[in-house]
Amino acid sequence: MATSPAAVPQRPSRPGLLTRGSVEVALGAALLALSLLLTLRATGAWFSDALVWPLVLIVAGTALLWRRSAAPAAVPVEPPRRVEPSPAVRAQLESEEVRERAAVASRTGVGIALVLSAGLVFLQATGSLSAARDVILAVVVVLVVLGVIFAPWAMRLARSLTAERSERIRSQERAELAAHLHDSVLQTLALVQRSSHDPREVAALARSQERELRDWLSGRSEEAAGRLARALEDAAADVERAHGVPVEVVTVGDRDLDSASEALVAAAREAMVNAAKFGGGHPVDVYAEAGSQRTEVFVRDRGSGFDPDAVPGDRRGVRESILGRMERHGGKARILSSPDGGTEVELILP
Amino acid sequence: MNGPRVVIVDDHGLFRSGVRAELEELVAIAGEAATVADAVEVIGRESPDVVLLDVHMPDGGGVEVIRQIAPAQPDVKFLALSVSDAAEDVIAVIRAGARGYVTKTISGPELADAARRVHGGDAVFSPRLAGFVLDAFADAPETGGADDELDQLTPREREVLRHIARGYMYKEVALRLGISAKTVEAHVSSVLRKLQLSTRHELSAWAAKREL
Repeated sequence: MATSPAAVPQRPSRPGLLTRGSVEVALGAALLALSLLLTLRATGAWFSDALVWPLVLIVAGTALLWRRSAAPAAVPVEPPRRVEPSPAVRAQLESEEVRERAAVASRTGVGIALVLSAGLVFLQATGSLSAARDVILAVVVVLVVLGVIFAPWAMRLARSLTAERSERIRSQERAELAAHLHDSVLQTLALVQRSSHDPREVAALARSQERELRDWLSGRSEEAAGRLARALEDAAADVERAHGVPVEVVTVGDRDLDSASEALVAAAREAMVNAAKFGGGHPVDVYAEAGSQRTEVFVRDRGSGFDPDAVPGDRRGVRESILGRMERHGGKARILSSPDGGTEVELILP
Repeated sequence: MNGPRVVIVDDHGLFRSGVRAELEELVAIAGEAATVADAVEVIGRESPDVVLLDVHMPDGGGVEVIRQIAPAQPDVKFLALSVSDAAEDVIAVIRAGARGYVTKTISGPELADAARRVHGGDAVFSPRLAGFVLDAFADAPETGGADDELDQLTPREREVLRHIARGYMYKEVALRLGISAKTVEAHVSSVLRKLQLSTRHELSAWAAKREL
């Protein structure tokens, strides 16, 4: 992880250069070999012309193969690629990785073809192509033997690459988790220590942190945006924070937010505020059910209750924000209150 | 002490001692256990009336304790306790055989009351559990057959659950619906039975997430 920032910037330019570079290297090696051979020939230190083209081909092929074998050795020490969180960068790195792997494969193929054709050219020049069939058999045998010998090594390499990759992903996740806990839980714990003299504040902090952490753990936050259940949860969290009274929300079913259901949420929020204020500090229960026929929300407290008809006209909260708001959107609101059973506000939207 | 004899099973020592301190005056604490193996041993030895069972523990959690104890000691009642209120946790432990489910933020007296009710044979439904059940039994199942009765809630059961979800106590539900508290309890117990035996795919899916 620590070495990554320095290593990442040089990556983007690599794959293209590698393919072009290998062709250049192969060509250069071939030309060098050719000139060396021609020089030898000119000076007379020479065996047979049959050697020229096979040697040139072999040199070119070898150059390619050697470059190839150097590349995978470099992969394991490469830094974690997923350090950058941006999806665009990650996608770019991944497509580069794919391209690079294709380039390695094609280099290997070309290298092998060059070396093989060198062999064929040599055999044909020396007239022993017919004998080559036996040789090919021998070669196959040798290849199989080599395969058996090197297979465990290759498999170990592949496995270590996989392990490397998952380790990278794990450390990435760990870093994200640590960052999140730092921003949320540790901050809250610091606040809790500073307000340890105020039990209400501590409880409120613990509640809101709990809500936030649950939300994060469940991973629902994104898919639930713009839905009724989420909007009610948010309203409950706000009321809880503002009034220091726990608000429990239970929802059955869900629906998208439109202007009517937004009004429903606003009315429910007002009812929660009243319940938190006048509910005597007891927890407030909110139950919402969104069905195909209608949507209902119940907000209930366990306070001492009040007479809805006796609410003075200047108390706009109940009359305007709850009853009026629901009626304007084609819904209904009912307030049931009794001195010992608390108050329940019932909001219904057809 | 005439309350039920209770064993507390939780892998957090701090939580165990907290619960013990809160409940000591209200019920008889017969023992504590911190692991699944300890729990099986303590419950086997003490034969308590009620086990307060943490859902999340190493080695299989509360579900595993129920699995090992229930066949041998059918009289032991389990009340599940958890910091989580995720549907899959709740449904998994209820389907394993717990008679109730409460979250760990519950107050001492409420917890003692829940333990007493579980001991008395009742099911303890929190508002949230009632919400999950209503969600799971939301619509008529596509498959008809012999288990139909188990796969649907009666309108009365639905009504009772809706009131529990709205935060009403059993006796308040009884008052509002004009039925006796015993009838409310009978409805809730019937819902619990359906929850445990029904093959509705919502329940199976929730339970599968906890590998039940």
